[in-house]
Amino acid sequence: MDLFAAQILQIVYGISNLALISLGLAIIFGMMRVINLAHGEFLMLGGYTVVVATNAGVNVWLAMLVLAPLLVGVVGVLTERLLIRWLYGRMIDTLLATWGLSLFFIGLVTSIFGASTSTTISPPLGPVRIGEYQVSGYEMFLIGVTLALLLAVWLTLRFTKLGLVSRGAMQNAEMASALGVSTRRVYMITFGLGAAVTGLAGGLLAPMTGVLPTIGAVYIAKAFITVISGGAAILAGTASAATLLGGVNGVFTFLTGPTFGEVAMLLAAIVLLRLMPRGITGSIFRKSL
Amino acid sequence: MILSQDLRGTAILCGLAALFTLIAPGFLALFTIITLTQVIGLAILALSLALIWGYGGILCFGQTAFFGLGAYAYAVAATNFGDASVSILIAMAVAAAFAAALGYFAFFGRVSDVYFAVITLTVSLIFWALIRRTSGPEYRIGDALLGGFNGTGAPPLNLPWNPSGFLFPEQTFYVAMGALILAYLFCGWLVRTRFGRVCVTIRENETRAELLAYDTRLYKLGLFSIGAAIAALGGVFFSVGISRVTPDVFSLQQAALTIIWVIVGGRGTLIGPILATFALYFLTSSLGGQVLLNTNLVLGVLLMAFVLGVPRGVLPSVMDLGARRRPTGRRGRRRPRRAAPAEPAE
Repeated sequence: MDLFAAQILQIVYGISNLALISLGLAIIFGMMRVINLAHGEFLMLGGYTVVVATNAGVNVWLAMLVLAPLLVGVVGVLTERLLIRWLYGRMIDTLLATWGLSLFFIGLVTSIFGASTSTTISPPLGPVRIGEYQVSGYEMFLIGVTLALLLAVWLTLRFTKLGLVSRGAMQNAEMASALGVSTRRVYMITFGLGAAVTGLAGGLLAPMTGVLPTIGAVYIAKAFITVISGGAAILAGTASAATLLGGVNGVFTFLTGPTFGEVAMLLAAIVLLRLMPRGITGSIFRKSL
Repeated sequence: MILSQDLRGTAILCGLAALFTLIAPGFLALFTIITLTQVIGLAILALSLALIWGYGGILCFGQTAFFGLGAYAYAVAATNFGDASVSILIAMAVAAAFAAALGYFAFFGRVSDVYFAVITLTVSLIFWALIRRTSGPEYRIGDALLGGFNGTGAPPLNLPWNPSGFLFPEQTFYVAMGALILAYLFCGWLVRTRFGRVCVTIRENETRAELLAYDTRLYKLGLFSIGAAIAALGGVFFSVGISRVTPDVFSLQQAALTIIWVIVGGRGTLIGPILATFALYFLTSSLGGQVLLNTNLVLGVLLMAFVLGVPRGVLPSVMDLGARRRPTGRRGRRRPRRAAPAEPAE
């Protein structure tokens, strides 16, 4: 029974991990139809912010929850202003330009910090006991943060002026701008917020994974298939795809070991896209956020 | 008239390449010849992407998946069977079959091109993650250990029906260059056939091609599989060049490089990406020799600059300039950028 609970908790953690690393990408994709190929590097920058700030003596919670999202959010706004806004409506060129940005960040961070980091930080929370088993308290904390983030995004979209305006711009950009909404500003804020959420995720994961300039490549494959399988709706898409794919990954990892967990996840996503080419929220939950 | 001009250009190009191949071992060091063999493999990879993206409009970010699959399939087959010629065919067949299976799900599911790009990239990255974990004696196919992070040895080429007649590096170089020229001629021929013209039609306007009763899904699937087989051929020569296959053939950087070669060389040409591969390979390897500028940094800036400034690539832009300078030029063709933002899956 305790083993079962610990296993279920592992799967839930896998799901929330997927949701956490994908949410920033989903916000940008859902609002702007821009797939940010530099997403992995935004996560990496968040992680570096935490490691560098903590080593400089900043409180680890402050670094994770405030500094990382702030810094990566600023990077996101700059990216939108300097790069993305010239390419609206040219999806493929946006993909390519953000890929260039991804290489640029990898190169920049490698030049500054070197190809590997010697200093890492340990998770700031100890283990928690479930009966005879121990689970990581930090993983439990990450599950909680993911739920809180999803809730915060839902509340923002549903109840604030910003949420209303951005939902309007998402549904019909021309009509929104005819009604006096500056869609360019909405896009800028959206990109900045998406980047900030990504930076937060990267910062939170840094104690679990350590940081490397190329660590983005580890995340992006999972984040991409989650967002694409989810479809255009930000919350329902991320949550449903993360649950499905994270569940598949968890079960297969349990049955066959970690090597085939990701492969099973990818196969599930490809079969899913054959059945629902617009993602889960393109076929069901269509009206959701 | 135009066709004969094209033919003459191709003949001159191939003649120059053949001439260079024959005299190169005379004045280049053996190390350079071995490096060139690898770059030829990479150039064949760029050619395959130039074919499917430039002519078929299939945006495949993970062409390296087929490149790496071909390299691994060759290494495994050659270790087990010994005969290199058969192993090359097996490598191409494995990649084409995998592309057909992947393409079936993507094209028949009518996944939009942006999704397709991301899925193919993901496939390549999953291969990367998967193959890195295969260290240990339990991961073997026949006699070939997959070797995980360190990769596996790729046996040298040998004479058909004579597995002990190994080729020397110079001879491998001749074979590789011959394969590149043949692949180039094949692609040039393919895009001029009826099949190739239909693929160009699909690139220009898929809906219209469908309304003209072409089954665009089948054409894309066919072109995609052919491209995968060519990429696998490139993978074979790349791995034979360094005598090893490592998981890095599937890496994100390799995928990015392939895209950059095609972007810089120019979409819609076949020779542009090949030349860009050679030029950029030697640029990046000379950058690797100094510490001031990181290679990734330079490549990233290069990619962003080309997307923003020269989105059509070097060769088409240069050809355009040439056509404009000659007022009697035959065609000042300027392909309009793909009209209307392609909204994904809407």
